[in-house]
Amino acid sequence: MEEIYAKFVSQKISKTRWRPLPPGSLQTAETFATGSWDNEENYVSLWSIGDFGNLDSDGGFEGDHQLLCDIRHHGDIMDLQTLSVNQQWTTAHYHTGPGSPSYSSAPCTGIVCNNPEIVTVGEDGRINLFRADHKEAVRTIDNADSSTLHAVTFLRTPEILTVNSIGQLKIWDFRQQGNEPSQILSLTGDRVPLHCVDRHPNQQHVVATGGQDGMLSIWDVRQGTMPVSLLKAHEAEMWEVHFHPSNPDHLFTCSEDGSLWHWDASTDVPEKSLLFHQGGRTSTFLSHSISNQANVHQSVISSWLSTDPAKDRIEITSLLPSRTLSVNSLDVLGPCLVCGTDAEAIYVTRHLFS
Amino acid sequence: MEELDGEPTVTLIPGVNSKKHQMCFDWGPGEMLVCETSFNKKDVTSRFHLKFLHLFECFLPLWHHKMFRAHLVCHFIFCRLVRVSKNYRSVIRACMEEMHQVAIAAKDPASGRQYSSQVRGVTTVVLAPLFPSLLPAGPLLLHLLDWVRLHVCEVDSLSADVLGSENPSKHESFWNLVTILVLQGRLDEARQMLSKEADTSPASAGMCRIMGELMRTMPILSPGNTQTLTELELKWQHWHEECERYLQDCTFASNPHLESLCKIMLGDEAALLEQKELLSNWYHFLVTRLLYSNPTVKPIDLQYYAQSSLDLFLGGESSPEPLDNILMAAFEFDIHQVIKECSIALSNWWFVAHLTDLLDHCKLLQSHNLYFGSNMREFLLLEYASGLFAHPSLWQLGVDYFDYCPELGRVSLELHIERIPLNTEQKALKVLRICEQRQMTEQVRSICKILAMKAVRNNRLGSALSWSIRAKDAAFATLVSDRFLRDYCERGCFSDLDLIDNLGPAMMLSDRLTFLGKYREFHRVYGEKRFADAASLLLSLMTSQIAPRSFWMTLLTDALPLLEQKQVIFSAEQTYELMQCLEDLTSGRPVHRGPDTQQCQDDDIETTKVEMLRLALARNLARAIVREGSLEGS
Repeated sequence: MEEIYAKFVSQKISKTRWRPLPPGSLQTAETFATGSWDNEENYVSLWSIGDFGNLDSDGGFEGDHQLLCDIRHHGDIMDLQTLSVNQQWTTAHYHTGPGSPSYSSAPCTGIVCNNPEIVTVGEDGRINLFRADHKEAVRTIDNADSSTLHAVTFLRTPEILTVNSIGQLKIWDFRQQGNEPSQILSLTGDRVPLHCVDRHPNQQHVVATGGQDGMLSIWDVRQGTMPVSLLKAHEAEMWEVHFHPSNPDHLFTCSEDGSLWHWDASTDVPEKSLLFHQGGRTSTFLSHSISNQANVHQSVISSWLSTDPAKDRIEITSLLPSRTLSVNSLDVLGPCLVCGTDAEAIYVTRHLFS
Repeated sequence: MEELDGEPTVTLIPGVNSKKHQMCFDWGPGEMLVCETSFNKKDVTSRFHLKFLHLFECFLPLWHHKMFRAHLVCHFIFCRLVRVSKNYRSVIRACMEEMHQVAIAAKDPASGRQYSSQVRGVTTVVLAPLFPSLLPAGPLLLHLLDWVRLHVCEVDSLSADVLGSENPSKHESFWNLVTILVLQGRLDEARQMLSKEADTSPASAGMCRIMGELMRTMPILSPGNTQTLTELELKWQHWHEECERYLQDCTFASNPHLESLCKIMLGDEAALLEQKELLSNWYHFLVTRLLYSNPTVKPIDLQYYAQSSLDLFLGGESSPEPLDNILMAAFEFDIHQVIKECSIALSNWWFVAHLTDLLDHCKLLQSHNLYFGSNMREFLLLEYASGLFAHPSLWQLGVDYFDYCPELGRVSLELHIERIPLNTEQKALKVLRICEQRQMTEQVRSICKILAMKAVRNNRLGSALSWSIRAKDAAFATLVSDRFLRDYCERGCFSDLDLIDNLGPAMMLSDRLTFLGKYREFHRVYGEKRFADAASLLLSLMTSQIAPRSFWMTLLTDALPLLEQKQVIFSAEQTYELMQCLEDLTSGRPVHRGPDTQQCQDDDIETTKVEMLRLALARNLARAIVREGSLEGS
């Protein structure tokens, strides 16, 4: 099935990201960056998986990734994005309160880029908007949230969406002047913290979030304040969720329970026979809908939003050969997937859809 | 107690004057804490006074980050015990090579030496075929040879060097290579090298051929061999005599190299000792000696040969190192002695813990009951895991090790996991997940409380609340709600409406929190001008006893605008209840006339409020009774 190569590096990996390719390029992804955490010295490293023209005699090194360069980083690396920039913004996130006499820095938990703008969020509940060429933050929303903001993503260009640790999605519009979100969505049940969010690449109203209980939720931000579907997934926190950028019927999630899942909602497969996955697990889940509002907009139906359980089935595959410690991060680009774990290993596969 | 192998190094601590004051110290899992006392050398009665604390990190090469792989993979194998010994060996081998790189790259030669000696020591012992029951079937000598070949990795590079050169037999290290091959019993390869020599120098071709023949005909033990030991011994004796004959006939006299090779193959100790450099250590010497003088050696006799080899090799020039003691204990098959020696010699519990665990699983270890902890295996595992916890990033591995300690593992884990420093929420979440998986509710509660307290101090009330919800900590939820209510009283409006408006079922966690949610709902309903609903909500807040007493006045004051409305909102029944509440409130409050003018003013305000309320309530009661008494009200 898919060949997935593991390499042990001597650092716990907190983030992995592919280097973006120029749009319209036919190459496959070759370079990725990783960030480590929890070591005395953390590193941001750049790795390459391009084959350098010479395979080893036993062919075993074809998929092995080689370190290109790395740089030391103070503190844990919480998020990575690629942009060319020559600024450093220290103290972007900090706490002020009656207990802290002076600024004490707060961890920045998420960052998203849309050249040249950069948006960061942190444990201090603050949202910062930077531009690559400006020294100061262009816009800061203090106390945007009374709890920790875990992740952020762009919805449309002036709008961002954040998730926080009391289970709310908030949409912020930078065109508006106030410090209030333009919309708040949440579950009515337990306020389970949400850890990750990703937007559908083509349909900007479809958003997926992953929560502390391992639940995957699909939301339609145009309507209602409740998710369209809730899918019971992992047994522990879901750290990252990604729609595949070019095949958005595929979704990938990774979790603290040490597994990485590939969700395939493409409905054009005639026969869903169970493929034998080496060491993996194939199961079929029904998409469980809790909202009956999706019938209203029939024109643009994403396979993620459809509510007919009999017709649409999602096939789920576990990609890692065996349970490891937590899988902290994953990224997909084309047919390539990379993920990093707390077991100090990086897994790469170049044949996702074989 | 064994003696140390060298002089202890003296380290001067800056800022401490050891001549003036005495120092005290204590050991930690990986560090040492030193502080200066104010005892001086003469006056012992002065009080103990702490000025500075110094923390020393002991030099632990096995914590070097390149060795993380060793810890990780050992952890992986430990949990699964799949094909154990071979996996461990290959891991150790890979790490050993990497450590060689590190040792070479180390700028400080002393630390480089320490690296390599520590790792070499560990690898030597691990790779040694220690215990007969662990060995696959086969004669002892073969395993010993295997061990030596694995251990010495320079041969391959030397061989590549020599063979890669244009004229191998003229290479300067050619004879060294051949000798090493003979010393390791790799006679086929040695023969091949000799044939090269024979090709290039016809003068020695004859001798090389004879030597090659000798090498080829040496009877060797092999696992598949059907000969009995006695047969083998006879054949070997025969071969030995043949070699002896050739030597006596001075066949190799013209070529000193070949002559020394022949002597080696006869097991001549003097010849072997001449090759000390190539042998590089006494256990190599031991194996070679056994190979060429007593190939059918039995395990029981090994220790005698070992002792004499050690003595011969060292020749009285140096004393045995701790590593040598470990190996001696191993050759004597004294498991406990091995473990004891390892514990003393190595700076880290990694090796000993894994070894003991392996032996325990093979049922080779008679469990000594120690004074605490269930047995030696558990004791060592506990020590190792504690050491892992002292490290900033290896603590996750330590958790699994504690899981495998049946008696004290859980307790140790409980103690350690609370003390992991938590810098980011993500790390805290991982720690909490570990606790929850093991039903350690106390630890979850305590960690969440710490995090919630930090959040409150940083004014992140939403985070504080989410931590209390996770720990199901009603007391802390009450604290957070009190904070909110206090803020409201001070500022007149709520902060963090997004949180309070959307509490959901979490509201039920604590009464105060429920009150907060409902109170906010009251404000919202009032803002929407649904006065009847607001009124009943307000009343229920007071009568259901979830409102704190201190807040009742505020609630009653909130009722005032409702009472003053044109239409009657509160029914008579409700008004009676409000009056009851007011009386409850005022009756409990003694009226004091103190000298303090501020107090007087406050009292005045209070009395004014109460009077206004009484008036409003009375008026409302009147209107309500009238309305209910007339035909419209029913």
